[in-house]
Amino acid sequence: MRTLAAEGLRLDVGIVDYLILTLYFVTVLGIGFAARRAIKSSADFFLSGRSMPAWVTGLAFVSANLGALEIIGMAANGAEYGLMTLHYYWVGAVPAMVFLGIVMMPFYYGSKVHSVPEFLRRRFNRPTHLFNALSFALAQVLIAGVNLYALALILQALLGWPLWLSIVIGAAIVLIYITLGGLSSAIYNEVLQFFVILAGLIPITVIGLVKVGGIDGLFEKVRQTPLGEAGLHTFANTGSTDNPLGASWIGIIFGLGFVLSFGYWTTNFAEVQRALSAKDMSAARRTPIIGAFPKLLIPAVTVIPGLIALVTIQGLGADKGDLVYNNAIPLLMRDLLPNGVLGVAVTGLIASFMAGMAANVSGFNTVFTYDLWRPYVRKDRDDAYYIRIGRLATIGGIVVGIGTAFIAAGFSNIMNYIQALFSLFNAPLFATFIVGMFWKKMTPWAGFWSLLLGFLASLTLYIGHLTEVIPFNSDLSESFWGAGAAFVTAVVVAVVVTLFTKGTSKSDDELRGLVYGLSGDSTSGETIIAGEKVWWRNPVLLGAIAVALAILLYIPVW
Amino acid sequence: MSDKNRLFDVRLVIGGLFVIYGLIVTAIGIFDTQAEIDKAQGVRINLWMGLAMLALGVFMLVWLKLNPIKNEPAEPLEGADREV
Repeated sequence: MRTLAAEGLRLDVGIVDYLILTLYFVTVLGIGFAARRAIKSSADFFLSGRSMPAWVTGLAFVSANLGALEIIGMAANGAEYGLMTLHYYWVGAVPAMVFLGIVMMPFYYGSKVHSVPEFLRRRFNRPTHLFNALSFALAQVLIAGVNLYALALILQALLGWPLWLSIVIGAAIVLIYITLGGLSSAIYNEVLQFFVILAGLIPITVIGLVKVGGIDGLFEKVRQTPLGEAGLHTFANTGSTDNPLGASWIGIIFGLGFVLSFGYWTTNFAEVQRALSAKDMSAARRTPIIGAFPKLLIPAVTVIPGLIALVTIQGLGADKGDLVYNNAIPLLMRDLLPNGVLGVAVTGLIASFMAGMAANVSGFNTVFTYDLWRPYVRKDRDDAYYIRIGRLATIGGIVVGIGTAFIAAGFSNIMNYIQALFSLFNAPLFATFIVGMFWKKMTPWAGFWSLLLGFLASLTLYIGHLTEVIPFNSDLSESFWGAGAAFVTAVVVAVVVTLFTKGTSKSDDELRGLVYGLSGDSTSGETIIAGEKVWWRNPVLLGAIAVALAILLYIPVW
Repeated sequence: MSDKNRLFDVRLVIGGLFVIYGLIVTAIGIFDTQAEIDKAQGVRINLWMGLAMLALGVFMLVWLKLNPIKNEPAEPLEGADREV
């Protein structure tokens, strides 16, 4: 990513393109100011007053994940690994999103918790809550910094803005609209960004395909590259690790598809928060499932452009310089887009960086205020006080984010750094969650130790990898194994500690609405289904359709 | 909750911005030079994307007009259970 800073990537932006960008900034700030008027309570600020319709939260849900890092990274993977990149979408995202909506959302939304850490406090105990709240807050600030740094790099490369200027402008705009409008502001901007980024990316795919002679022409040309035929298959050579991704089908299905992806989508509060802001249980459950449908098709504007870049840009895939894989999308923008749509594409890219950062910041300020400040520092103040703390936390989070942006400058591959963070924080959390949710005998201390030791197991592998004590094929393979080790450790510890602390499990009444089989008022099956008589509002049916489509989409690219 | 204090509808924002974007980009598309059309491999991309964005913007505004949000009372965060 650092090599983006070269002259060669400079786009030929004109006055119209800047007009389009400026209009976007004005709109974003306008949303912040307008959303401010609707904030009457801390619930409005942190949870949008739980008033959003499902299509809005659903698009925000997918948009919070559709950061520019994701777009640029997946196009880069498309160029490097070919169609196996599709696994990140169809195995690595859609099933977990559907699972979140169908199985887990009744517990999150029905128990009326405001955050993932709070769920852990009610299911287990305060130490578990504190550990998770602290590690989440830390991870969010680190990732916000990555987004900010990457935004600055790309603006420097594409538009020639100095690094510090981009960081300050990006941070200032996010700061203003989140501080003013809270989560509503973040969600509205995410929905808007969803459409802008698509409007920017679709022309790249369309013009690119025209250039290479359609999908058939593209595949034919890919066969002639060093990637070759293997780049056009997803599962064909996964009996061994002799394929572009270097992963067997077991690793893909269990490592990526189960542990990493379920861990990310189901316990990542920056995502779950979008669903918690939905107006009712049915809308909350449909949120991730509605998000799954665009997620199925997003590879058309990321992976396909990656392949187009591979066959049209001579020398793509250099170790350094302008022609690194990460530049696939920026290079195509430079080569194919005339002024006008170019402005939309630049705006979309900037918008998605800001939205990614805003998602981290709005998750951070909620957890900081509700899960750290209120329970552990200043209890029992009035509601207005906590809105003020939330606003201050936003400012603090962004300032620290600017600091971590410069830390992120020290990592050569940002995507792998983020994957490592997930394997450290999300994988053990998911294991603790899933055991605690389905096994009511699991004791509070079992929750704490399973979370802590799962984290340490993953950390051990990560340190072993960094110090080269334990050899791994790649950073990515370390993340898969780290996630797997964290998951297994967390499950084993949960069982063992529970056996040693028998008799301390919480009573059925305390666990009502938090554990499978002990339904609270709003998690019982009948109530949920009552409001969902119309088939297109039925989460189970919609989820089944999404998974079926994911399987069908694999058939032509087996 | 009075209308004044309720959160504006996101369809208004998307609709408004995309109508403006659509008009700008369509206008550029009409006056695109041959060089710009050649850069886009002969596709009049500004014209098509401009019209598509305009259509999306208009769709959002029409949808808002035909189906405005109902003015329901705000739900309390805790306490009384609300069912779907």
